[in-house]
Amino acid sequence: MVEETDYMNAEIREILASVSDPEIPVLSVLDMGIIRKVEKKEATYEISIIPTYSGCPAMDTIADDLNAAFAKAGKKSKVIQILSPAWSTDFITDEGRKALEDYGIAAPLDVSADKAALLGEKNKVQCTNCGSKNTRLVSQFGSTACKALFQCNDCHEPFDYFKCLK
Amino acid sequence: MNQEKFLDYLILLGDNSMILGQRLGELCGHGPELETDIALTNISLDLFGQVRNYFQLAATIENKGRTEDDLAMLRLEHEYRNSYLVEQPNTNFAHVIVRQFFYDVYHQLLLTDLMKSKNDQLRAIAEKSIKEVNYHVDFSASWLIRMGDGTEESKRKAQEAIDALWPFAMELLTETETEKWAKEMGIGADLPQMKSAFLSKVKEVIAEATLQLPEETVFQYGGKQGRHTEHMGYILAEFQYMQRAYPNMKW
Repeated sequence: MVEETDYMNAEIREILASVSDPEIPVLSVLDMGIIRKVEKKEATYEISIIPTYSGCPAMDTIADDLNAAFAKAGKKSKVIQILSPAWSTDFITDEGRKALEDYGIAAPLDVSADKAALLGEKNKVQCTNCGSKNTRLVSQFGSTACKALFQCNDCHEPFDYFKCLK
Repeated sequence: MNQEKFLDYLILLGDNSMILGQRLGELCGHGPELETDIALTNISLDLFGQVRNYFQLAATIENKGRTEDDLAMLRLEHEYRNSYLVEQPNTNFAHVIVRQFFYDVYHQLLLTDLMKSKNDQLRAIAEKSIKEVNYHVDFSASWLIRMGDGTEESKRKAQEAIDALWPFAMELLTETETEKWAKEMGIGADLPQMKSAFLSKVKEVIAEATLQLPEETVFQYGGKQGRHTEHMGYILAEFQYMQRAYPNMKW
C-alpha cells in the first residue's frame, strides 16, 4: 500500500522494516500497511503514516520509533499522521498475515466471514494453536482495539483474532 | 466559509463522543465481567481517538494558539455542546447499554452522512470512524437483545433503562442553529432526514429484544445549547482535574 516515490529505495525500506508495531512486535510497519508515503524535503525525510484505529495508542510510539530508526541511520526525519485513505486490514501484506498467524493471532477473514464469526457463527476462525475451526467468539473486543478474543473448542486455547476493518 | 461556525460544529461533534467516552472510561475496572469491561473501554478509546481528530482540525481552523488539549479540557461547562443523553450516569449495565445503543445508531447514521461532506478533512474523519462505529452498534444492539430477551430480571432492567433514557435520545437528531448551518453549507449531516432511519433501526432492535419504547414522551433538549444536567459538573471535575492541577499536560 506504499505509494512509490523516488525515495522508497532499498535503504529506506530497510529502515522502515526495522520498526515494528509495539503491540504486535512481529509485524513491521511496512507489513502492517500503515506507511503511506516517504518523501524528502530538503534534508528531511517526511514519512506519512495512517492510523489503524483512531484511538490506537501505538501510533505515537511508532512515530518515535521511526524517527529513532532514521536517526540511527544518520538521517533526519519527520512523521506525519494522515487520515486518508482510511486504513483497512487489506493493507496488511501476505508476509504480515503469515507473521500474525505464526505469532498466534488469527489473520483477518473477509468481511462476510468476519461478521458471521463476530455474530457467533461457528467454523469460521481457525485456532492458531491446533488449526481446528471448531472455535467460538468470547468477546468482540480483545486485548487491543484491533483484536477480538476467541477460544478453541478442541484444544481450549484462547487466542486473538485480528478483526476485519474495511 | 464562516470559520467560527465550523469550529462550533466540530466542537459539538467532538463533545458528544468525548463525554460518552469519559462515561465509558469510568467503567474501567468496574465492568460486569472482564470481557465487557474491556469492550466498553475499547469503545471509549475509539471515541477518544475520533475526538482527537475533530479537535485537531478545530484547533487548526481556530488558529488562535489553542491546542486540541485546550479545546478538550479547558472549557467551562456551558461551553460544552454535548447532548443530555451522553452525560447520563452509569446507573447499571442496562443503562450503559441502552445509552450506548441510542448513541451508536445515531452515530452510525451521522458518519454515513458526513462521508458525503464537502469538507475533505471531515469526510476523511468520517470514513475512518465509521469502520469502528459499525462494531459499536453490533455490540450494543446484541447486548440489548440479550437482556430484553433474557431473564425476567434482565428484561425489567432493560425496560427501565429505555424508559429512563428515551426522553434524552431525540435531542441528538434535533438540529441546533449550528447544525442547521453546517447542513446548509453541505459540510454537516442532515439530522431531520436521519430521523426516520434512526427510529426504524431503534424500533427494529427493541422489538427483537421484546421490549417497548415509551408511548408518550416529553423529550428533553438543552445540552447542545450548553445547558447541562446536574451530572455534567461532576464529569468535568474528574475530566479536567489533571489538566487544571498540572497545566499543559498532553493526552
